[in-house]
Amino acid sequence: MSSDTTPPDSDPKGQRRVHNMLKLYYGLNEEGKVADQAESLDPCDINGLHFDPDVYLNKLRKECSLGELMDHESCMVKQIRSLDSDMQTLVYENYNKFISATDTIRKMKNDFKKMEDEMDCLSANMTAITEFSARISGTLQDQHAQITKLSGVHTLLRKLQFLFELPARLNKCLELQAYAQAVSAHRRARCVLQQYSHMPSFRGIQDDCHVIMEQLAQQLRQKFRDGGSSAKDLSECVELLLQLDEPAEELCDKFLSHAQSRLEVDLQGLEAELKDSAVSDTGRGSVQKTSPGSNPVSPSSSSVNNPFLSPTAGTDILEFIDRGCNEFVSSLCLVIASYQELFINRPQEGEFASKNIPEMANGKLHVFVDTLAARYFSLVERRIQEEKGVSDNSLLVRALDRFHRRLQAISKLLPGSAVPSHGTEIVVRAARERIKQYLSALQTFYHDSLTDVRQALAAPRLAVGGASASGGGASSKDDTPSLPELLASLSNFILNQLKSVLASVHLFTAKDITFSNKPYFKGEFCSQGVREGLVVSFIKFICQSSRQYCESTGDRGGSTPPALLLLLSRLCLDYETSTISYILTLTDEQFLVQHHTPVTPVTALCAEAREAAQKLLNHYVKVQGLIISQMLRKSVETRDWVNTIEPRNVRAVMKRVVEDTTSIDVQVGLLYEEGVRKAHSSDSSKRTFSVYSSSRQQIRYAPSYTPSAPMDTNLLSNIHKLFSERIDIFSPVEFNKVSVLTGIIKISLKTFLECVRLRTFGRYGLQQIQVDCHYLQMYLWRFVSDENLVHFLLDEIVGSAAHRCLDPSPMEQSVIEVICERG
Amino acid sequence: MEDDAPVIYGLEFQARALTAQTAETDAIRFLVGTQSLKFDNQIHIIDFDDENNMINKSVLLHDAGEIWHINGSPADKAVLTTCYSKTSESRVLTCAAVWRMPPEWESGSHESPDDSSNNPQTLELLCHLDNTAHGSVACVLWEPMGDGKRLISLAENHVLLWDLQESSTKATISSSATLEGKGQLKFTTGKWSPHHNSTQLATANDTAIRGWDLRSMSQIYCIENAHGQLVRDLDFNPNKQYYLASCGDDCKVKFWDVRHINEPVKCLEEHSHWVWSVRYNHSHDQLLLTGSSDSRVILSNMVSISSEPFGHLVDDDDLSDNEESQQEDKGKEPLQDSIIATYEEHEDSVYAVEWSAADPWLFASLSYDGRLVINRVPRALKYRILL
Repeated sequence: MSSDTTPPDSDPKGQRRVHNMLKLYYGLNEEGKVADQAESLDPCDINGLHFDPDVYLNKLRKECSLGELMDHESCMVKQIRSLDSDMQTLVYENYNKFISATDTIRKMKNDFKKMEDEMDCLSANMTAITEFSARISGTLQDQHAQITKLSGVHTLLRKLQFLFELPARLNKCLELQAYAQAVSAHRRARCVLQQYSHMPSFRGIQDDCHVIMEQLAQQLRQKFRDGGSSAKDLSECVELLLQLDEPAEELCDKFLSHAQSRLEVDLQGLEAELKDSAVSDTGRGSVQKTSPGSNPVSPSSSSVNNPFLSPTAGTDILEFIDRGCNEFVSSLCLVIASYQELFINRPQEGEFASKNIPEMANGKLHVFVDTLAARYFSLVERRIQEEKGVSDNSLLVRALDRFHRRLQAISKLLPGSAVPSHGTEIVVRAARERIKQYLSALQTFYHDSLTDVRQALAAPRLAVGGASASGGGASSKDDTPSLPELLASLSNFILNQLKSVLASVHLFTAKDITFSNKPYFKGEFCSQGVREGLVVSFIKFICQSSRQYCESTGDRGGSTPPALLLLLSRLCLDYETSTISYILTLTDEQFLVQHHTPVTPVTALCAEAREAAQKLLNHYVKVQGLIISQMLRKSVETRDWVNTIEPRNVRAVMKRVVEDTTSIDVQVGLLYEEGVRKAHSSDSSKRTFSVYSSSRQQIRYAPSYTPSAPMDTNLLSNIHKLFSERIDIFSPVEFNKVSVLTGIIKISLKTFLECVRLRTFGRYGLQQIQVDCHYLQMYLWRFVSDENLVHFLLDEIVGSAAHRCLDPSPMEQSVIEVICERG
Repeated sequence: MEDDAPVIYGLEFQARALTAQTAETDAIRFLVGTQSLKFDNQIHIIDFDDENNMINKSVLLHDAGEIWHINGSPADKAVLTTCYSKTSESRVLTCAAVWRMPPEWESGSHESPDDSSNNPQTLELLCHLDNTAHGSVACVLWEPMGDGKRLISLAENHVLLWDLQESSTKATISSSATLEGKGQLKFTTGKWSPHHNSTQLATANDTAIRGWDLRSMSQIYCIENAHGQLVRDLDFNPNKQYYLASCGDDCKVKFWDVRHINEPVKCLEEHSHWVWSVRYNHSHDQLLLTGSSDSRVILSNMVSISSEPFGHLVDDDDLSDNEESQQEDKGKEPLQDSIIATYEEHEDSVYAVEWSAADPWLFASLSYDGRLVINRVPRALKYRILL
């Protein structure tokens, strides 16, 4: 029984070992199981595999008491009984199942038998059907072949009919001018005819067709050649001809040449307009040669197109460009578009055309467009060059904008074309040219305004002189403008002009202008063009021309009125202090200049302006000093100082000198600040001078009469010189009135001194010089920064005169004063 | 460097006339003529002892009048001319005369320098170059490098060419020319060109410079408005025959190529008042001396228009000697036109400057207050030019 529940194991040890190894390998080493197995090895385990009844019994017997044994025994019996009953139940159940299975198998056997019979019947039927079918198809075969043949003949006959009718149909098409239909019909028949051309009837048809098609092609070509047909007709023509195996290259050429002839007309129209305007603008004979064979249509067309324009006015550039755009550029675009439609963008189905047609056609198109555009550009450029007047820039900018905008269409149509970039170049060139024109216009304007100022100065100079002579300080407020007014107006004129020019130029960079976002207009145009080329150049030009005034006026000083020098100097100084930085800031703001390239810094310009101002002022001092010097020199050189009479008056020259100095003082005071002078009391002049004249002079002269000490004559003046600073006569002056006047007086007095030293004086000659010097002393001290300077120089003059005197007996100081007071 | 310090000599009188003793090539000697209306005028003979940096003076009396111009004979160092003013009948007239220094002036002055003023020797008059009809004489010019027989005097608007005969005791006018024109024309100064076989003369009147051919006594060129104002002095470049320097009241020094008279070759504007005197160095014509009434003397180095535009030719072995310094030299050359030095020793207007005839590196300048200053070309420059 137990052998039933526990399956027999032939080699339990070996199997278990394998089992264990597998278990080990898979890591399924469960403690419980191992313990089990170890337990199962126990021969005393009644349920174990190695159960040994003898050992078990022995063990029981050894270990257990009788009672226990009894219990054990009864328990064992009970277990055995229950196991027995279990086994019986199981056996019974199995038996039942076996019996039912046998029943089922028997039943199935019967069913299969029936089915086999039915299958046999079916196969017999099928054989019969096959037989019948074969018989039917055999009988029908003949008729089928006949029908097929008949239908083939029918088709053939229809085709033949088409062929026979073809010439007539083609003719009809030709009559109706339905070229497209004819061509498609002929195309269908062509291959067949070609194939059967050896048969005379077909050959006849083919020949007929050929003749007709030839005629048709002729007509098409004729139409193609005729100028009048529209672009659409033309393109249709081209398409048909292409289908008729016309060589594509030839067609391209023809198409283009045809288009060219039409565009030529446009161009000639433009050119004629250009000539017209040239004639009417210049007013003299046309510069361009009018070829006798020129198209007679063009001038009339231009006059027809612009009937509202008076011929003398000429068309303005906007109109010109407009016309160019509307006529030439748009037809060019049309031509390009249709050409591309015809030759380039054709789908590749055309097996009749070789593959390289688009390339070839494209190449031709580019050449065509380039040549025409070049001509157009040259015309436009000529027109732009004629645009010299700088009054209205907006027109030009708008024209250029339109020009540029329309060229974008071409660039869209013809992506690889160089035309738009050429167009941009033209615009850039025009802009550059414009800037140059503006610069020169500004320069002429500047010159003109200077001329105006000059003329204005010519009149008031007398007035100022008169005013100062009569009373002194007040400037003449008559109808003639005064110096400050002139300066203000000049400066305003220039600034306004510059601003308006900037505004005009600014149009080039306006947002709505198509070319304003080109890199040139964003960068170089602003910084190099406007800032450097226009503004900086202009400022430099002002400085430059100012400097020229200092040089070219020659040393005679006659050509430029000194007042102008003074005015310009002040102008340059104003530029240095404020105007330059203002203008440049304005420019930078307006044009948002980003300086990629180095630009002239404001400081450099300011330095230049300051230098110019300094130079001008120095020159002014020199010129004015020279004028006074000249008077003094003439007065000294032309007089016979030995035989002069006793002085009764101050010489008129000296009065003139004082007058002129006063008027210069007024003039300079109008434009320059007072400046600082060394402290002095208002009446110090007289006192110092009297000291100088009476006591000092006597000290100086007294020893000179004693022959023992000839050196003493020089002693005082030498000591004086030792302690006084060296006087630079023609030295740069500061930008204020006192400094300017000091410069002028220094120059004058030094000249006086040098002239005196070259002469020989008699007694009265010396006395006259004394009187003159005293007079100068009375009036000149107030103009200079350091009155000691005047004292010193006058001292020198009188001293030198005394030295050069044959009979030095100086005049009484009181007498001198009386004479001078008298005027 | 101590010998670069200027040597100053003071005269008692005011003076404008200065000349180097042209015929003297051994001693450094200058002649100064004084201007005084009240005292006897003198001619100071200034001997400069280069080694001891000392000045020895001798005084000769010139009692004819105050001296405006003085010039030494190129042939005989004892002979000189002066232009002096003479007052007669309350008229002042400038005359010219040829003088001979007394032979014993040298010994006499050296023995007793203290009492030279007490008993000065008098010049011996050889002849007058007088012709009252021609008016005041502005200057007298000796024939450069001549035999001391030919003179030119410029009087008012006349050019007079004199021949000295009978050992210079007699002067006759051999030819003359007169400048005609409107206004009162008056020569202010002139210069006899050492080139062209001494057949050319340049004169200045007012603002114009004129060239004369002495053979035909006719004008050969005229630079109108050479200066903005009066032309004060002229000098010929000793080495370049067509080059001429001029100076004037416009404070400028101008250089002319007389073949192209429309524009000056070069123009300097360094002085702050009239330039009274301009002198080329006799040997190195890039060195130019100018004196002005701004009391300054300026020594300029006009390399670009000199006959040695790139300095002295550098010897080849010099170059190979020091290769690296050669680079430096190359960097420096060509020398720029520049002011070498401004001398401010004078307190009054400088009316005359003159190079020494004996030592090409030495020059004298004279200011109105009678101060004579002797200076040298800076040593660095001297070596630069020489080496």
